[in-house]
Amino acid sequence: MLIIDCPFCGKRPEIEFTYGGQAHLTRAAQPGAVDDQAWTDFLYMRTNTKGVYAERWRHSHGCGRFFNAVRDTTTDHFLATYRAGEPQPAVTP
Amino acid sequence: MSAVPDNRRNPTGGNALTGGETSANGNVATPGRTAIGGRIDRTQPLNFTFDGKAYTGYAGDTLASALLANGVHLVGRSFKYHRPRGILGAGVEEPNALVTVSRDEARTTSNLSATRVELYDGLVATSQNRWPSLAKDLGRMNDILGRFFPAGFYYKTFMWPQKAWKALYEPVIRQAAGLGEAPTLPDPDRYAQRYGHCDVLIVGAGPAGIAAALAAADRGVRVMLCDESAEFGGSLLGDPAATIDGLPAVEWVRASIAALAANPRVTLLPRTTAFGYFPHNFLGLQQRLTDHESEPAAHQPRERLWQVRADTVILATGAIERPLVFPGNDRPGIMLAGAAQTYLNRYGVKVGSRVVVVTASDAAYQVALELQAAGVTVAAIADVRSSPQGPLPEAARRAGLKLIDSATVLGTEGDLRVTRITLGQSAAAPGQSTAAPGQSTADGVHTLETIGCDAVLMSGGFTPSVHLFSQSRGKLTWSDALKSFIPGQSAENARSVGACRGVFGLAEVLADGAAAGAAGAGAAAAGSAAAGTAPPPTVTADASRRFSVEAPLRSVDGYLGALPAADAAPKDKSFVDWQNDVTTKDLALATREGFISIEHVKRYTTTGMATDQGKTSNLNAMAIVAQKLGVPIPKVGHTTFRMPYTPVSFGAFAGTSRGDLFDPLRTTPIHEWAAARGAVFENVGLWKRARYFPRAGEDMHAAVARECRAVRGSCGIFDASTLGKIEVVGADAAEFMNRLYINSWTGLGVGRSRYGILCRDDGFIYDDGVVGRLAPDRFHVTTTTGGAPRVLAMMEDYRQTEWPDLEVWLTSTTEQWAVIAVQGPKARSVLEPLVEGVDISAAAMPHMSIASGRICGVPLMLFRVSFSGELGFEVNVPADYGAAVWKAIHAAGQAHGMVEYGTEAMHVLRAEKGYIIVGQDTDGTVTPDDAGLSWAIGKTKADFVGKRSLDRASMKAPNRKQLVGLRTRGGQVLEEGAQVAAKPGQTPPMQLIGHVTSSYHSAVLGYPIALALVAGGRNMMGQTLYVPMPDGDIEVEVTSPVFYDPSGARING
Repeated sequence: MLIIDCPFCGKRPEIEFTYGGQAHLTRAAQPGAVDDQAWTDFLYMRTNTKGVYAERWRHSHGCGRFFNAVRDTTTDHFLATYRAGEPQPAVTP
Repeated sequence: MSAVPDNRRNPTGGNALTGGETSANGNVATPGRTAIGGRIDRTQPLNFTFDGKAYTGYAGDTLASALLANGVHLVGRSFKYHRPRGILGAGVEEPNALVTVSRDEARTTSNLSATRVELYDGLVATSQNRWPSLAKDLGRMNDILGRFFPAGFYYKTFMWPQKAWKALYEPVIRQAAGLGEAPTLPDPDRYAQRYGHCDVLIVGAGPAGIAAALAAADRGVRVMLCDESAEFGGSLLGDPAATIDGLPAVEWVRASIAALAANPRVTLLPRTTAFGYFPHNFLGLQQRLTDHESEPAAHQPRERLWQVRADTVILATGAIERPLVFPGNDRPGIMLAGAAQTYLNRYGVKVGSRVVVVTASDAAYQVALELQAAGVTVAAIADVRSSPQGPLPEAARRAGLKLIDSATVLGTEGDLRVTRITLGQSAAAPGQSTAAPGQSTADGVHTLETIGCDAVLMSGGFTPSVHLFSQSRGKLTWSDALKSFIPGQSAENARSVGACRGVFGLAEVLADGAAAGAAGAGAAAAGSAAAGTAPPPTVTADASRRFSVEAPLRSVDGYLGALPAADAAPKDKSFVDWQNDVTTKDLALATREGFISIEHVKRYTTTGMATDQGKTSNLNAMAIVAQKLGVPIPKVGHTTFRMPYTPVSFGAFAGTSRGDLFDPLRTTPIHEWAAARGAVFENVGLWKRARYFPRAGEDMHAAVARECRAVRGSCGIFDASTLGKIEVVGADAAEFMNRLYINSWTGLGVGRSRYGILCRDDGFIYDDGVVGRLAPDRFHVTTTTGGAPRVLAMMEDYRQTEWPDLEVWLTSTTEQWAVIAVQGPKARSVLEPLVEGVDISAAAMPHMSIASGRICGVPLMLFRVSFSGELGFEVNVPADYGAAVWKAIHAAGQAHGMVEYGTEAMHVLRAEKGYIIVGQDTDGTVTPDDAGLSWAIGKTKADFVGKRSLDRASMKAPNRKQLVGLRTRGGQVLEEGAQVAAKPGQTPPMQLIGHVTSSYHSAVLGYPIALALVAGGRNMMGQTLYVPMPDGDIEVEVTSPVFYDPSGARING
């Protein structure tokens, strides 16, 4: 079980959290102006990275807040957690 | 051939020198027991039975040691060939000696390793995989027919004819498959679970683990030390010659453990296996609490599952001796040399009276010397190496033991126990003059001699136990010197110490453990090594602890793969994996058939896939595959190590999560009333919902028909409290709803409600429900019963991450309100006398309106809404008043013929009206238009979740599956999930155009009705389609999904 450092509550066990998929996917401000391919990519295409990966988590059984994390998918070590809306920090595994 | 002792032929398969298994009554002196020594308590004899026969052992014995003390080597039949099998090891590595231990019919555990079963008085054990008896087993035919059962046998054989699978192959295979039998009664034992937190967790309490624990504990940190055995000490318990700091090793263990036990910051966990290593230094430990007790106390849990989070993990998991691979290497009496040493020194058991040692390492020499000292005849030491040197071989020569170098084994004999071994020698061997050469075989090996014996002790060297290290995602590296994979870079804050990282000398092992314990404690004290962060720096030797040790120096040689000529001797099988009966031939076949990945070879041959997970076999298998492929072993690589290290009972994982405690239970305020009324409940998510209320003599069909007629004829009362309820509040509440739901909310007046549909951004229906506007800035959103949590989560996701600018708050109010649906033409008449301060007349309160006031004196939020198609209200009252208000309405309704109804009638009523249930009539690929709900879409909105996807061409295609009604021409009730075809009389593969989503018999209409999703269905009204079933097509007519009151006159009544 992972230990996840919620930016609002601190380190908590994984069972308090819900996974939210790849981070930094931006929903177009005007989806109607986006072509089919771009919309398809937004809906369905994910990087499935082996290595450093920015992803969303929600502290669903805690503060309820969504936040972002950078995790090394090969080791499951978290390299950073940060609030939604903040840019992805530069980290190395 | 050289002379063979007279005792080589023993009709019982036992051996005269040890007394064998045929002692008259089981009460004779145990023939294999030494006169003195061992860590057993000779003042405490214990009685036990094996296959119904009575034996005696001592406290401190395992079942294996007690059986060996009684001369019993034959303990099981092998999985595939049913060959007689004996005890190979003395611990977790044991592949053969699987037994069933029974306390009673419910407390029966199969596939326990006899080497790990602690003896208790009255223990009842039975062997497995034999019929009719262990000594006479019909399954043995498989061995004689063995050449017809190669690797991949199943894949190749049971192909044709297809029908034979169900009738013949599968039953026969199932009968033959599996080891042991599951108990037929529920497990009555209790299982506990606990979290543990510590600075340093040490796995394994051998010399390295104890030294690490002492060093860490000295530094004042919290230490947990676990060991799978009943007694701490590991290899030291079987090593009486060694001394540490001037004390005999076992005395040093006793003093060390006493010091640790006295430290309040140290937790000692004997009989505790660390079976799984999960990310961020989280380990699963299985602690066995009562399996060793004759009469466990009733209050005692049987096992405890520890979930331990450790700052630093020290793996001191030791090494496992490798067997040698040669023809006939699986007969009872052939075992690991180290196991024989453990039986002698720890349990006071001589595994034979005349043994032959076959070895590739020095360790077995010490075993031979100790056995000789105990009075066992060591007929020969056959060393695979060409010129064994060093103190131990020298000592063996001085002791007059017969040494053969460059040796190999050409075969063994003996049916139920080994009686003879035939040795060979490589032609190039320098010392071959010890015997006259016999006939030559392949590989330049010639036959040397055949020696009578009742035990063969083998040692192919030691394989470091890297299971947990590898589970933690640490990288393994290949060591040519050690002929093993050893831990490389750790992925976690973990350190491997001692034999599990290839450090074997006792002094070095102790120093290694102490250094890691000190470093681990130092890291914890500094707080620098938090779980889940980077791995530690390389361990440097800790100068603070030195151990003065006397122990025999020995090389770390070993042998990998099959011994020379093992392949060339066709007379018998050379086993690599004892438990799954995988031979050298199987591995060779796999490589010949093109399997080059070790993972594929493993799955094809099943090598390493038995309950022992290949602890003795994996490295030999890799070596054989590497040799066959002509590549170095590290190129072949290793298979993935997965948890659990040893089998863990389901009970430990389940803990208290069984029966009523398996899952949380959600009940409504009306639950007790419904239960007292005899309701039959169904599970909806975690909720218990009343499905129907049968009266005397009614089945479900009759009860549902009566309930439906009552709602349509007069009125019914229904518990809708499980509906999900979310309050959306704030200045931007309407904007939020506009962006999220497909509907437009701007024009919805206060006191009015609307049927809302929520799509995901992919355009497919996600949830639905009535949404009421309680105030300009306050919406009461209802969701499906099962969908409430995910709808709230989705709302929160968009609120927090997409539209953080909106001023809106979300609150779950599902459990704040009890919801009592009153439906039917008499609904208004029933409620009118009960409500205060609210006019519920048709004019004042039309369909889809909301009013508040009081009912029965308590606060009321009243929705005029209907999921039945009748005039209907949903009475919302604070949950605490739910039961009282329900009873009051129910009592008042009796004068109007009111009937309580359940979810089944509710389903029929809504299907008669063509109302969908999300998740039943939709499946995540259904758009609002597919479901006939495009009228709900807010046409003027620039955007809502899902809008962009609904604009894609494929989402508007005319041949999409659309919701329609189906009526069977023959009056049958269709099966939900049945497929729909356009053409009759098809055979598979059929062309199918849709499927049935809901189907009921409508008592009110007098015929069956169904809803279905059919491609282009809305353009097929009146057409005939076909529902293919096993006994033929059912003709159906495509109709509107609205079967009842299509004009909606009743709902507006």
